[in-house]
Amino acid sequence: MKMVSEFAKGIWKENPIFRLVLGMCPALAVTTSLENALGMGMAATFVLVCSNVVVAALRKVIPAKVRIPCFIVVIATFVTVVDLMMNGFLPELHAALGLFIPLIVVNCVILGRAEAFASKNTVALSVADGLGMGLGFTLGLAILGVFREVLGAGSITLWGALQWQFAENDTMILFILAPGGFIALGSLLALMNHAQSALARRSGGTFQPPPHLDCRHCVLCRWGETKG
Amino acid sequence: MTASDSHTTLYTVSSSPHAHSGASVPCIMFDVLVALTPALLAAVYFFGFDAVRLVAVCVASCVGAEALCRKAMGRPVKAALADLSAVVTGLLLAFNLPPSLPSWMAVLGSVFAIGIAKQAFGGLGYNPFNPALAGRAFLLISFTGRMTAWHAARLPERWSFGGLTMDALTSATPLGMVKDAIKAGDPLPVAMDGATTLRFLLGDMGGCLGEVSALALLLGGAYLLARRCISWHVPVCYLGTVALFSGIHWAANPAAAMPPHFHLLTGGLMLGAWFMATDMVTTPVTNKGLVVFGIGCGVLTMTIRIVAGGAYPEGVSFAILLMNAVVPLINRATRPRLFGQRRKA
Repeated sequence: MKMVSEFAKGIWKENPIFRLVLGMCPALAVTTSLENALGMGMAATFVLVCSNVVVAALRKVIPAKVRIPCFIVVIATFVTVVDLMMNGFLPELHAALGLFIPLIVVNCVILGRAEAFASKNTVALSVADGLGMGLGFTLGLAILGVFREVLGAGSITLWGALQWQFAENDTMILFILAPGGFIALGSLLALMNHAQSALARRSGGTFQPPPHLDCRHCVLCRWGETKG
Repeated sequence: MTASDSHTTLYTVSSSPHAHSGASVPCIMFDVLVALTPALLAAVYFFGFDAVRLVAVCVASCVGAEALCRKAMGRPVKAALADLSAVVTGLLLAFNLPPSLPSWMAVLGSVFAIGIAKQAFGGLGYNPFNPALAGRAFLLISFTGRMTAWHAARLPERWSFGGLTMDALTSATPLGMVKDAIKAGDPLPVAMDGATTLRFLLGDMGGCLGEVSALALLLGGAYLLARRCISWHVPVCYLGTVALFSGIHWAANPAAAMPPHFHLLTGGLMLGAWFMATDMVTTPVTNKGLVVFGIGCGVLTMTIRIVAGGAYPEGVSFAILLMNAVVPLINRATRPRLFGQRRKA
């Protein structure tokens, strides 16, 4: 039962992209198409599950003072595996993702799970947690990827074979450029918070957005007011 | 209660300001609309039905988007609509669009301007970027082809004005033509003689709806200055910097550069300098800051315009947006000394 709940929380309740707002670098950089988003999500899921297993297995051996370097070494090992495998078997996807494959090493979702979960829990629970978080991450990337590819390119293409064309020309190129990523992510987050607060109101409760997404913690309006 | 029975007189105790000019947001916005009227008339004169269509679409969808956003955010709707700021945004956005743009793109631009650039930041007074310019930048990057497809001003082939007979300039904007010619190494396509200067001053050239007629925009700017809706700092510093920058550039090599009055009269400079770079919300609060802001806008505009390899022939909108982004820093750097505070050594 606990396995199921640890697995399920990553999909929605603690979704890395929409609820924890972690791993923003790949979320903004490689979600220009659904295919890239899925590739990135799968690669990160593999690394996440494997590193969770190793970190959980070694949690009693790793000294607390040097745990972060130890986690990074473990993560970097699996990232190298993914990098070489993808280069060998999926060279096109590897070329599309480029630098962002090695950058999985510093993906906050993976390091975050190693630190917050795997280093304190058993191997089995860590696998469930890694799978759930990885799939939640993939889901978040895929939603962003669909949003951006449909608006920006007017089509969805998967592995060159499956293709759905929605618009021929006059698509919003902005959405497959960098600013479009920020706008798409911000709009989706706002939409979800709005929907959840409406749901909470209907059931008589109140909705608290994640603290770091709260307007009170944003300093944009107060720029220039305080020194330093 | 009379003033004589002073022992019972109640004095109103309130915090500053104690003297109020009576200006209010709707009042200022109405003044801006009045000031934009000559440019609107010029746009309708030069571009005919397209100008009416785009202005109507932009204003209607800006007001609609404002109402929807306020409703979704659970904030008062009527008060936000009554301050006329959405109407001004819509009109300014329409002035920044080429006449042949499809209406649905104008709607998208308006929704972006109001929904994302203004209401998502908290509404009027909180937006760091000028909403109309943000809408234009969104459209320019998204639909580059459509946003740079100019068609000739809808004029009779030849028309006379005060005894002068002029040809309607076709296709590209003067800035675009000059930039293309310089890129290709061709001789400059526009000679700034008296007749051409007059033509550009009146607005007989390709361009966005509201930017073509420098004369109409100057009239509006003068009205705003007279009504004290804007101060002279930004327009003067902005236009002065552009004139100085292009003057130096021109003096260095007259054969491969356009003279200052060309740069002053073409493109969106007049519209930007008088109506967009003077937006109270997105510009610095101190006069010193306004000077810095104007000079920065001028330098950026001319840099974008004359960098030979650059993609854009016109840089006013991006220059103002970039300077909008550094307004908080300008405000911090130009904060006035508090009374009694020590001068910095």
